[in-house]
Parts: sequence; structure tokens; C-alpha cells
Amino acid sequence: MADKINYKEVFFNPLSKDNPVIVQVLGICSCLAVTAKLEPALVMGLSVIAVLAFSNVIISLIRNTIPTNIRIIVQLVVVAALVIIVNQLLLAYAYDVSKQLSVFIGLIITNCILMGRLEAFAMGNKPWPSFLDGVGNGLGYAWILVVVGFFRELLGSGTLMGCQVVPQSWYDAGYANNGLMILPPMALIVVACVIWVHRTRNPELQEKA
Amino acid sequence: MDKARPAFEPGGKLSAFRSVYDGMDTFLFTPRETSRSGVHIHDSMDSKRAMIIVVLSLLPCLVFGMYNCGYQHWLACGATEFPFWGLLLYGFLAILPSIVVTYLVGLGIEFAVAQMRGEEIQEGFLVTGILIPMICPIETPLWMIAVATAFSVIFVKEVFGGTGYNIFNVALVTRAFLFFAYPAKMSGDGVFVSLGSMLGLGGQAPDGFTGATPLGQIAVSGARSASDLSAAFSDVAGNHIDLWHMFLGLIPGSFGETSTLCILVGALILLLTGIASWRVILSVFAGGAVMALVANWFATPTYPASFLSVGEQLCLGGFAFAAVFMASDPVTSCRTNVGKYVYGFLVGVVAILIRTYNNGYPEGAMLAVLLMNALAPLIDYCVVEANVRRRLARAKS
Repeated sequence: MADKINYKEVFFNPLSKDNPVIVQVLGICSCLAVTAKLEPALVMGLSVIAVLAFSNVIISLIRNTIPTNIRIIVQLVVVAALVIIVNQLLLAYAYDVSKQLSVFIGLIITNCILMGRLEAFAMGNKPWPSFLDGVGNGLGYAWILVVVGFFRELLGSGTLMGCQVVPQSWYDAGYANNGLMILPPMALIVVACVIWVHRTRNPELQEKA
Repeated sequence: MDKARPAFEPGGKLSAFRSVYDGMDTFLFTPRETSRSGVHIHDSMDSKRAMIIVVLSLLPCLVFGMYNCGYQHWLACGATEFPFWGLLLYGFLAILPSIVVTYLVGLGIEFAVAQMRGEEIQEGFLVTGILIPMICPIETPLWMIAVATAFSVIFVKEVFGGTGYNIFNVALVTRAFLFFAYPAKMSGDGVFVSLGSMLGLGGQAPDGFTGATPLGQIAVSGARSASDLSAAFSDVAGNHIDLWHMFLGLIPGSFGETSTLCILVGALILLLTGIASWRVILSVFAGGAVMALVANWFATPTYPASFLSVGEQLCLGGFAFAAVFMASDPVTSCRTNVGKYVYGFLVGVVAILIRTYNNGYPEGAMLAVLLMNALAPLIDYCVVEANVRRRLARAKS
């Protein structure tokens, strides 16, 4: 890399201006699947941060020794190994959540954000900026997940992190949980709302009509 | 109205609310602009007129809905005589809050969006606002109607560009939102018959009362043959319901959609004024009839609804209402004539298909129309492409 890398940008851009979910629209699939409740969304976010950060570092360390024509395979092996480690950790220490997340931890391997960052950043940068980039993109993914999970759990189940938030008196007064919020389509609409707010606040991101 | 006009002109002190003024002015009177050049054929038929005719055509259903609402209530209370005006007034008072809430929320959002964009206010909500209360169970809580209306006006209509640009039928999305978000309030025994008393009118229904719709009764009837099934239908007082009752519509159901007779009157108005397409309406009924026959052919006790006769299938639930007032919506249906036949036919087939083979969704008509709304542009595309190809082939030879 010839030009100087701005560490601050590498870390902070993915949080907002270059967010993997709401600007690049990657990783939507897991966004729909794991955000019905806040807790799995949080754990999923943390897992992706961990996998992304470390796979970025590892790929960055060996980037000069990877033959170009098999680089995708090498990347997949690294990511798969890390995903298995994360999965085993979750099984050991957070069994319930890992059951809720079921196949989606395994599917981190196919998450487009990972391949995208490995290809676009780690293959051409030194380990430290790659680490920052991984953590930044992971956080950018995680906060969207948490926001979506927050609204879906609050409106759909009346709970947050499994604790009752909406008071019983509301239910007695006729309030009811919105069952649609639990269903996957609502995740898309909540993500769309986040994008809407985000674009309104960052007009430079709006596509020209 | 005219006196107030200068304040709303650009530069006037109320110019920010110009579109509200304009909307009111053209709604109550005729549009002020006339053509200035050339010869135009002018018709008073702008979209406001069209919308008002649709509302007119809904009136028979609405009035009948009021009467039926009262009738079901009286029946549930065990009454033996039914005062006509009492029934009507009761139903009117029962439906009025829903209509007011729907219009307040929907028009509020439309006005706000029109102001923000500086556009003319579109009148699409006139019809939507009356449709929404008519396709919901009478006991739907008002705040749910408000939430669902807001959701569908914003996400189905305004984000796509407002009236005329929506892909899905706004009223049906409201219904679908309610159906999936609050299933406990949208189906079952207790929601289709109004039980409380209104301003002292009406009595108190006995406890443990059930008012399931005929479609709701099918699933629990466990019928093993067609005659079993038709014997299983009963109204809230336990009297038998036959096909004639279903056609007239004195049965429990969503407010406006029980009476096939009134729906047909509405259809007549729409067809005579040329607003709805007869191609769509006719082919919906044709599709429904064909699918009902197919279901009869392969009737099994696993799916009790497959024993329903063609007439029952077409008269029950929201099928006829959806065919006349929903599927024929010119915005969301097909544009090409051939496309209209295909679209309507598939709406009918899918509606009966869902109703018969998925006991969880008795209201297949709603889902069928929404599904076909999504496919309508594709059907149009295929029709247009086929036409292009045919004419190209002719040009070559």
C-alpha cells in the first residue's frame, strides 16, 4: 500500500459512512434470522466481531505467501477454523443462546462481510490496520443487529434480554404484542427504517435519482 | 372557500398549507384550472370523482354491515324481535369509531407527507379509509387499526411515491398486518360479533358466547362429507345457515364483506360507471369456481373446506368482497386486458387454494390478492413481450 492509511478512518468508517449492513447491504440474511430477540443478536454480533478481527489478522499475516489462485480457499479455511472455535466456545459457555442461533453461527463462514473484508482489505494491508478494520466492520454489523433486535424484541415480545419491559398494566389495558415483529419480514422493514434515518442524516450517501 | 384563497397563494401567510387548501377546494368544488390552449376533450371524471363513485358503490355493503352488526348482536343476546332502526343505529355506532380513527390516521399521514413534499394532496385514501374498517372484525381494538393503517399508508403507499404508485393494495396490507401482528384479535370466536352495548342500545351477551364465522366453523367441524359440512354451519343463536343466508349475508363475519348481494350491487355500480374492470371481477369468480370444483373433486376429510360447494366458496368470507373491491383496484392489478384475465383467474384460484388447504388461514382471498399484486407487473410484462414478438413476426413475414 503506497498511500498512508488513516487508522481512524479504517476503524470508524464502517460504523456509519461505510457500514457493511446499511450502506453496503451485506449480511442481511443473518440480520433477518437472529434479531427476533436482543440476546442472540448481541451474541451473533460479538461472534462476528471476533471472527472478522482474527481472520483479518491471520490473512494479513500470511497475505504474501498465499498463492493468488487459491486465496479464496485459504481464506475459507481460516474463517471456518475460527467459526468452529467460536461455536465450541458458545456451546461451552452459552448453550441456550447457541441453540437459538443454531445454524447461523456456522453460516458466519458464508457471511459476505467476511469475504468482502478479507478480499478488499486484509489481502493488501498490514496486520494492525487489518485488525482495526475487522473490529470496525464487526461493530458496524453488530450495532445494526442490536438496534434491530432491540425493536423487534421490545415490540414483538414486550421484553428486552428476556426481561419483561412492557408492564402488565398495559396488557390489561388492551395492549398486545405485535406478532409480526417476530416474523422475518419485519426485520427487513426495521433495517429499512434504519437506512432511511441514516440516509436522511447523511445526504451524501443518497443515490442520485 | 374562495375568500380564503389569497392567503394560500405563494407568498400568502398560509402558503405552507397550500396543498391542504387545494385538496379541500377541489374535493368540495370542481378544479379551478381549465385548459388554456388547443382543443381538449374534458371530462369531469378526475380521480376524486372516481374515488367517490367507489365509495358510493361501497355504501350498500356499509349499510348492510351496520344492519348485520346489530342483527348479530341482537341474536347473540337471545332477542326474538329485531327493530330495524335499532339494529342499524347500533351497527352505525359500532363502526363509527373505526372509520373515524382510520380516516384521522390515514389522512393525517397523507396530508403531512403532501405538505412535506409540496405536492397536491392525493385522494386515494378516501376509498382505503372506508375499506379498512369494512374488512376488519368489528371488535378490533381502535389502536390496532390506527397502528396498522399508519404502517400500511407509510410503507405501502408513501415510500413508493403516494397514490397510484403503490404495488400492494393499501387496505389489504392493513388487514394482513393486523392478521399477522395480532392474530388473537383477528380470528377466532369472539371478534366478529360486537358484544357490548352502545349508548344504552343493545343488551349484554351471555358469557361463553361464541360467534365463529362459517369459515371458522369448518376447521372445527371435522366434517367427513359435503352434507356433514353444510349441516355444521350455524349462526350465533345456533340456527342453521344455508347458502341463501350466506348470499344475503346475515352471518357473522368482517363488517362489510358478509353480504354477497350488496357486494354485487356495488359491483354493478362500478361496472356501469366503468371504474372497475369486468375482466378482473369476472375472472376472479371464474378462477374461484374452477378451484372450488377441483377441491370438490379431491375432497378429503383432512381438509374439510374442500367439501364446500362452489356457491358456498364464492359467498363465504371475504372472497366476493376481495374480487369486486380489492382485486379490481386499477392501481395494483394488471394493465393489459389479457393480463387482467390471467391476474383475476389466479386470484380466484389462489384464494380458494389457500382457504381450502391451509386451515390456519381461512381468509385466503386477502393473501391471494396481495400475492397477485406482486405478480401483476410480471404478467403485464409477459403479455406485452408476447405481443411485441407476435407483431415482429408478422412484420418479418
